[in-house]
Amino acid sequence: MAALTELTVSEAVRVLSEGGTTSTSLLEALLQRIDQHDGAIHAYVSIDREDAMRQAEAADARRKRGESAPLLGVPIAVKDLFNVKGQPCTCGSRMLEGYIAPFDATVITRLREAGAVIVGRLNMDEFAMGSSTENSAWGPSRNPWNTDCVPGGSSGGNAAAVAADIAFASLGTDTGGSVRQPASFCGCVGLKPTYGRISRYGVVAYASSLDQVGPVTKDVRDTALLMNVMSGLDLRDSTSLNVPTPDFTTALGRDLRGLRLGLPSEYFGAGLDPEVERAVRAATDVCRSLGAEIVSVSLPQTKFAIPTYYVIATAEASANLARFDGIRYGARVKADSPLELYEQTRARGFGSEVKRRIILGTYVLSSGYYDAYYLRAQKVRRWIRAGFDDAFRSCDALLTPTAPTPAFRFGEKSADPLQMYLSDIFTATVNLAGGCALSVPCGFSATGMPIGMQVIGPALAEETLLRVGHAYEQATDWHLRRPQLKASV
Amino acid sequence: MSWQADIGLEIHVQLRTRTKMFCGCPNAFGAEPNTHVCPTCLGYPGTLPVANADAIRLTVRSGMLLDSTIGLRSKFDRKNYFYPDVSKNYQITQYDEPLCIGGHLDIVVDGQTRRIGITRIHLEEDVAKNIHFGSDSGVDFNRAGTPLMEIVTEPDLHTPEEALAFLQALKQVLQYGEVSDCNLEQGNIRCDINCSVRQVGAERLGTKTELKNMNTFRGVFRALQHEIPRQIRELERGRSIVQETRRWDEASGRTEAMRGKEDAHDYRYFPEPDLPPVQLTEEEVARWRAELPELPVARRARLVQAHGLPEYDAGVLVADKEVADFFEAALQAGAPAKAASNWIMTELLARVSETGASIHSLRITPAALASLLQLVEKKVINGPTAKEVLALVLAEGGEPEAIVKQRGLAQVSDTGALEAFAAQAISANPKSVADYQAGKPAAFEFLVGQVMRLSRGKANPQLVRELLKKQLG
Ligand SMILES: [Zn+2]
Repeated sequence: MAALTELTVSEAVRVLSEGGTTSTSLLEALLQRIDQHDGAIHAYVSIDREDAMRQAEAADARRKRGESAPLLGVPIAVKDLFNVKGQPCTCGSRMLEGYIAPFDATVITRLREAGAVIVGRLNMDEFAMGSSTENSAWGPSRNPWNTDCVPGGSSGGNAAAVAADIAFASLGTDTGGSVRQPASFCGCVGLKPTYGRISRYGVVAYASSLDQVGPVTKDVRDTALLMNVMSGLDLRDSTSLNVPTPDFTTALGRDLRGLRLGLPSEYFGAGLDPEVERAVRAATDVCRSLGAEIVSVSLPQTKFAIPTYYVIATAEASANLARFDGIRYGARVKADSPLELYEQTRARGFGSEVKRRIILGTYVLSSGYYDAYYLRAQKVRRWIRAGFDDAFRSCDALLTPTAPTPAFRFGEKSADPLQMYLSDIFTATVNLAGGCALSVPCGFSATGMPIGMQVIGPALAEETLLRVGHAYEQATDWHLRRPQLKASV
Repeated sequence: MSWQADIGLEIHVQLRTRTKMFCGCPNAFGAEPNTHVCPTCLGYPGTLPVANADAIRLTVRSGMLLDSTIGLRSKFDRKNYFYPDVSKNYQITQYDEPLCIGGHLDIVVDGQTRRIGITRIHLEEDVAKNIHFGSDSGVDFNRAGTPLMEIVTEPDLHTPEEALAFLQALKQVLQYGEVSDCNLEQGNIRCDINCSVRQVGAERLGTKTELKNMNTFRGVFRALQHEIPRQIRELERGRSIVQETRRWDEASGRTEAMRGKEDAHDYRYFPEPDLPPVQLTEEEVARWRAELPELPVARRARLVQAHGLPEYDAGVLVADKEVADFFEAALQAGAPAKAASNWIMTELLARVSETGASIHSLRITPAALASLLQLVEKKVINGPTAKEVLALVLAEGGEPEAIVKQRGLAQVSDTGALEAFAAQAISANPKSVADYQAGKPAAFEFLVGQVMRLSRGKANPQLVRELLKKQLG
């Protein structure tokens, strides 16, 4: 049998239910591996081992009593922006240094009810703003496939941890690609569900109309398992959708006959790394061989996605992040007047990318600029959505690269925000359009870095994505490859 | 040169809901600071607002009572500004799609009825209270996030009297609508004023100032009494009015300019992404319309028609919804209408205005008043005794019938006993008897009084008169 830490969630559930191991053993193995490897990877910003062990013991006790639950006893790690009662929640920012969350996010409650053991907090770009984790106040995470490369972002800790087998699975968030791009960079599976599919209650907001919780996992089945647990209406989130949650695992194990998959020409143009293009086109051929019909489609709005995204996301962020003022919680710099207190606290608490986006967002909402930027961006957003609606009239899902390049090196893009923003070019459109998208591993570059293929669907088409992703996964072995890690201790 | 003022009001009304606007905390006044709070109304990271459906209903109801147009769709927006009293540093409010648009309210000043236009009514969350102690400050978030309805009027008011009349009429409507308790001491109604003056006949409105910090209707009246002549003086001296926010200082009775910084705000409104637009259904709105309570004008007409009350009396009773409710409850309990109206208007309202308390906080219940008036009607007690019993009930509470029994206050209608008293009075007052027989009616009244005295006030006065007349021949 493989080492315990190499198990997927579904394998771990099976081994646990067969009595092959216990939750405490799983957790101990995981913590031991974290000790060995996280020094080099830096996927975690904090771990409450005692709390995790208590949960694992409770899970074992439940199992002993004959109880069962979908994730009973399996450790799950979460991005450092989920509120977990009694745990820190820094969002990768000095602003929330020392902050202890006073309540559980709805997804955390649901994971707990499903028996999961919530363990560890994963590194991220500050307040989810970034594509490399280089914007974390606690230092970047490293890509397990090459520690000179970024793991992607903002959920970079998620992907690095899952790829390095120092997390069985993890919860991230995706505002413009923050789950899919790191999944692609680290060779994991990452899903951005339909907006409203999963409650945002308790998830610290970056851009409210775009944020969505998404899992980063070792394979597609695990994504389906987590989606089963996390999805569904939450009355605490007025934007959550009142739609039934299907059993997502029923979408697995089917071939692709009868499905029509579209290749949008705009996603295969200038700026796309040739190795990425080759890998995605080859993956397309695999899908065809599995019975899918491949058609060409056009999404002429694609080039407007990044500017539109950065107007809407930063506008919302400028308000969402206004609450971090040093008055009620978090870091505070003492001052003589409230205004001075705000200025000092925010000047020291926020990093430069967060400040850049707050200023940008404040600007586009300002009197005299609102119509030209924010209002216009909303119009373009509707147009982008209409473009996707058009495309989905001639196909069930789209196949595209997840990111234009494999993982880049530290410092390569951090000096040029625009270059960094462009790494979301294939993902941010989906958040704007309100659909869902899955990234699955589809190859490696010559230098051994993972490449991801994105399957994009219309709203509530997660089952189609999982069906395509799983069929492709069954036909290939990219997802089974593991990076060679040097123990750092 | 003659001048005319144009006054518009922005009235903030706290709604009578069980919970706050966007969280489940109680919407209650007077608790220890920061006890009615939760992560949501404290603006903790990760929390989300959920709109209070009852607050939406009450706002729509207010719009219906003021003849506004009720749109089925409306939305919430974020108003961004940094201040310690707003926990998220943005306030959730309604910017360009309020729940209610247009409408009007009639006021009567000096016997003249005027129709005052309503511009819009929207819903928002109230802010916290900043508390200063010594060199330090604190914030009490109990009020933060409670539902606040803002009613904006057209600049249709021209005098301080009209502004006052409008506020009083509005308060009456909102109380009738059970929208708000309208308790001024608790800050249930707060008001900002936009005020400008222009020459009579001029087409365009003058430059306006905004007046803040009036805590009472009286304050609004006085602030306008000060501000209108101030603007006229400025203009007559050839100066121009500066568009600014001015603070009313209750103590000095003056308005003074607030620092210009307050005015320079760009609130950067944008649609609240955490709340989908409000979408009402036709059925919902129709149901709410069917549930509308009776308004003062209609109630007054009904009281006149159903109970034969004089217009004036009915007007006094309906002026305050609680008083009218008390009156109707007493009728329900069997009180004769005219007597109930008289007693409430005189005895009870006197007590209300003495104590400043509401009629419901008096120790007499509508049922007790009914019982008291029935005792009078059945001639068990007479008027003066009834007043005595009322004083007892107001002081100590209790059931009038039991009090009358306990204290032996029932009036004497026993002819034998009264005949004896009458004979006694006649023989003891020969001069009065002679005066009466000489045609002086006052002498008769004196003799009646003597009999009443002999009966210790318990005699049935009607019977006494009959017996005296008989004995005096
Ligand atoms: Zn609350």
